[in-house]
Amino acid sequence: MKSQLKLAIALAAFAAQPSFAEVTPNMVAFADGAVAQSHTGVAGNAADGAKVASTRSMGNCVACHAIAALPDAKFQGNVGPALDGVGSRWSEAELRGIVSNAKMMFDGTVMPSFYKTEGYTRLGDAYTGKAPKGDVPPILSAQQIEDVVAYLLTLKE
Amino acid sequence: MHLRSRRILIAASVFALMSSATAYADPVEGFELVVNGEMTLVTEAPASANLEGALDTVYSGLLFRESETREMEMDDFSNPGMVFVDQGLDLWNKVDGTDGKSCASCHDDVESLKETRAAMPKMNPTGDDLWSMENYINNCRTTKMGAEAWKWSSDQMTSVTAAISVAGRGEVVNPKVDGAAAEWWEKGKELYYTRFGQLELSCANCHEQNYGNMIRADHLSQGQTNGFPAYRLKNAKLNSIHNRFKGCVRDTRAETFGEGSAEFRALELYVASRGAGLSVEGVGVRN
Repeated sequence: MKSQLKLAIALAAFAAQPSFAEVTPNMVAFADGAVAQSHTGVAGNAADGAKVASTRSMGNCVACHAIAALPDAKFQGNVGPALDGVGSRWSEAELRGIVSNAKMMFDGTVMPSFYKTEGYTRLGDAYTGKAPKGDVPPILSAQQIEDVVAYLLTLKE
Repeated sequence: MHLRSRRILIAASVFALMSSATAYADPVEGFELVVNGEMTLVTEAPASANLEGALDTVYSGLLFRESETREMEMDDFSNPGMVFVDQGLDLWNKVDGTDGKSCASCHDDVESLKETRAAMPKMNPTGDDLWSMENYINNCRTTKMGAEAWKWSSDQMTSVTAAISVAGRGEVVNPKVDGAAAEWWEKGKELYYTRFGQLELSCANCHEQNYGNMIRADHLSQGQTNGFPAYRLKNAKLNSIHNRFKGCVRDTRAETFGEGSAEFRALELYVASRGAGLSVEGVGVRN
């Protein structure tokens, strides 16, 4: 029993060892709007990315973009271009840049910045309409960005 | 309303949108808003000089709604907002406050204010503040009637603003934007183009750049105010202009502004001026 516990603690400590420090929103290095380095060093999970893309409380990409590969996500929007085939049209680094902060690639775009924490006007506490009580995290976490990028790369022409 | 048939209709619309986005992107064509079979209202007009070329044509929000919603507004018996107008007329005639007066004591029939709605918001009598209709009503209540001010979006307030708006139905929206109002208009314009909140969206991002497009199930209109106070199917009551503004800014994940705030009164003037040329619809019916 005791040795099992020790082993568990040792394993947990090993898992917690950061092999890669997470890239915080203000550390992201853009080059022509693209971001070569992963935000987490952990490969994105495309299935999780599809969930982020289609879920209202998460990325909700389908609010503005049609994705034919997600027929279960009803009422897909058309404010932005359809995402079918984006995995063929853009590189991983370009997709990471666009999803993190599209304004770095497309000046003045309507698209929100999903991995950014500074430079807002009247930043609120989510959808409450109220001022935030503390720091407001980016709309998506570092790993969620990686997951969405991994999913978008599966959308081939 | 049969919910199921409506869903099928929406699904069909979405399908149509995917196959030909541009055709669906436009407001409905060939629709004429004739209320009670006798009053034809202007729902589409050339953009006024105020818009400085930002839009060619201005459209009532009604043209972005489905046919069932449009039909509701065409007959006062089917317009769910008219129940509240009746309540507003009762309040108009009801004595309230320490001076023993009602609205009718000074203004007689509500028809005497038929030009009011189209001119709102407007500089106050002393010329040092921009007032919405709600400010004028509360000024009467507190200084002429000895009554308490109503809350901006209270049932009483929206009912009375609706009654006054219906009296002005068919009048052409034309708020005064020069003179002392000019600086308010400029402030409103600045707000209109400011990208608020974590989503960094301005009014213009949705209602100027993307009207006609869809954000999930929401068919974006130009955000015109000529149908306000509007009955919304979403909450089954009358909604004030500022309440709608408040919700829109909130939905950008921003700290929104308050109803009646100087910011929203300025924005109300600017947005109203963008709709110059459209008819006051009295109580519009919207999603």
